Amino acid sequence: MSLRIVVCVKYVPDATGDRQFTEDLTVNRDDVDGLLSELDEYAVEQALQIADEADDAEITVLTVGPEDAKDALRKALSMGADKAIHVEDDDLHGTDVMGTSLVLAKAIEKAGYDLVITGMASTDGTMGVLPAILAERLGVPQVTLLSEVKVEDGTVTGRRDGDTASEQLEASLPALVSVTDQSGEARYPSFKGIMAAKKKPVESWDLEDLEIEADEVGLEGSWTAVDSAAQRPARTAGTIVKDEGEGGKQLAEFLAGQKFI
Amino acid sequence: MAEVLVYVDHVDGAVRKPTLELLTLARRIGEPVAVALGAGADATAAVLAEHGAVKVLTADAPEFAEYLVVPKVDALQAAYDAVSPAAVLVPSSAEGKEIAARLAVRIGSGIITDAVDLEAGDEGPVATQSAFAASFTTKSRVSKGTPVITVKPNSAPVEAAPAAGAVEALAVTFGALATGTKVTGRTPRESTGRPELTEAAIVVSGGRGVNGAENFGIIEALADSLGAAVGASRAAVDAGWYPHTNQVGQTGKSVSPQLYIASGISGAIQHRAGMQTSKTIVAINKDAEAPIFDLVDYGVVGDLFTVVPQLTDEIKARKG
Ligand SMILES: Cc1cc2nc3c(=O)[nH]c(=O)nc-3n(C[C@H](O)[C@H](O)[C@H](O)COP(=O)(O)OP(=O)(O)OC[C@H]3O[C@@H](n4cnc5c(N)ncnc54)[C@H](O)[C@@H]3O)c2cc1C
Ligand SMILES: Nc1ncnc2c1ncn2[C@@H]1O[C@H](COP(=O)(O)O)[C@@H](O)[C@H]1O
Repeated sequence: MSLRIVVCVKYVPDATGDRQFTEDLTVNRDDVDGLLSELDEYAVEQALQIADEADDAEITVLTVGPEDAKDALRKALSMGADKAIHVEDDDLHGTDVMGTSLVLAKAIEKAGYDLVITGMASTDGTMGVLPAILAERLGVPQVTLLSEVKVEDGTVTGRRDGDTASEQLEASLPALVSVTDQSGEARYPSFKGIMAAKKKPVESWDLEDLEIEADEVGLEGSWTAVDSAAQRPARTAGTIVKDEGEGGKQLAEFLAGQKFI
Repeated sequence: MAEVLVYVDHVDGAVRKPTLELLTLARRIGEPVAVALGAGADATAAVLAEHGAVKVLTADAPEFAEYLVVPKVDALQAAYDAVSPAAVLVPSSAEGKEIAARLAVRIGSGIITDAVDLEAGDEGPVATQSAFAASFTTKSRVSKGTPVITVKPNSAPVEAAPAAGAVEALAVTFGALATGTKVTGRTPRESTGRPELTEAAIVVSGGRGVNGAENFGIIEALADSLGAAVGASRAAVDAGWYPHTNQVGQTGKSVSPQLYIASGISGAIQHRAGMQTSKTIVAINKDAEAPIFDLVDYGVVGDLFTVVPQLTDEIKARKG
């Protein structure tokens, strides 16, 4: 029996670009180049490794996002995923995590799954709560923030390095897993992979396909409201000295002046 | 006055500082009712009462330790049902965020994560957050349901505000999902004797420039001279020079201390994301063009192997 893996990947503005908000206080996705969130590459990588170990597995990558989000799907396909689903709808503009998780949950159920894998957080919103919310919505075990993961005989095991302890976790499939950037370097797409990806199927679904009403999502349907967004004032230029043998002492003098010593 | 639920982060009854900060914020909105779960829950009451908790709801059961996250969500939901609060505040730890998020889904509420400040507002609590590696500051509200808000450490002062803090046992029934993810092993972190990274008033971090695990001793010596926590960049962590739990940045800890000292760290956007809101920033780097210098209040262009030990010696001399 085939192991059906769905990997949730997000298309995000490049963190090294000049990220801004638009007038309606949503993330400006037009003026900065987008890409597959680096943290979701780790999710794709672990899916590929789990699929390698399984007798028979199929990896579907899933994204909710604008037209350009297809780029993220292509990248994941070129890494080795088998097929892709793109959920796109004009009514999705401004959707917050509650709405996005609703759409993802419906899409995952429609696609069919044994294992859902996500990244640890998106690099734009950086909430890191979507995986837990998805597990709650899907009603499956949450096996999150893993720096090591293994799937065998219908059981997922992994290591979660927490604040106060490192924990060993175990759950039965179907389950939801999220992986950290400690889980292992993601592979680069090979030339062959890039060529093959062009022929892999990408399905497009809209809200109607998922039986979701427009007012459940989007800016209007949002569960949170952003009232203002202000650029942090640039830090005032500090004092910079070149060490000529007394740099450490000069720094100590500064710290003493600030009452840190 | 409306009640505000505060989820207590504690280790065997020792309440962690961010929870006390939450009590300060909770008092701006209403009367704090604390929820403490697991081994030692009852022992948290005295300190919570000193800081404003009017009531402390406690529950202990083996499930809290044996299964991941969901049993705690079941308990927090039981507290929510019992109290009908005006808001639910949870510390922004990895686990705290997951608990808060699942509760929000269950009670049909929006969620705000990683708030750095909180005030009462006409339409409910207004949270301040940082966005895009702390280059923006936003103000937001939960517009549906009871606000569920997670708050970062160092977001408010700890204030004494004696209240009754009466302990009440919370009745919890675990749902079918509670036992979904079994914790089959647990290795507690060894204590270093240094302050907790996210809670520390001073953080001293080392990066690729430290050039080896054996050299982190000079970073630790500087930290110890100041009573500081030790941090590291991802480059230093990936090289295996320092544990991942000490990583500062987007995929590590986010810190906001009074003083942050970066040595041999270039200041990549993902590192900034975790330290840019520090009050005073100091850097030591041999490259005058390193982006970290754009952030600093005081910077020394020089070799950390001479500057850091000299600084440590000078601090020790001044402290006597
Ligand atoms: C998705 C993602 C998440 C990430 N998350 C994080 C994160 O959480 N935290 C994080 O830190 N990074 C993170 N990174 C990595 C980040 O982009 C940088 O690669 C990293 O921060 C670089 O670490 P560094 O400054 O120590 O090393 P470098 O950038 O190599 O800088 C080393 C610096 O040390 C200086 N130096 C060298 N020798 C000396 C000396 N003897 N004396 C003084 N100065 C010296 C050099 O001039 C240089 O400026 C992330 C990256 C990605 C893509
Ligand atoms: N729009 C989206 N489409 C697909 N997956 C997403 C989307 N948003 C978030 N995710 C997944 O959820 C994880 C955590 O996101 P977040 O909670 O937004 O930080 C990411 O690493 C992705 O795997």
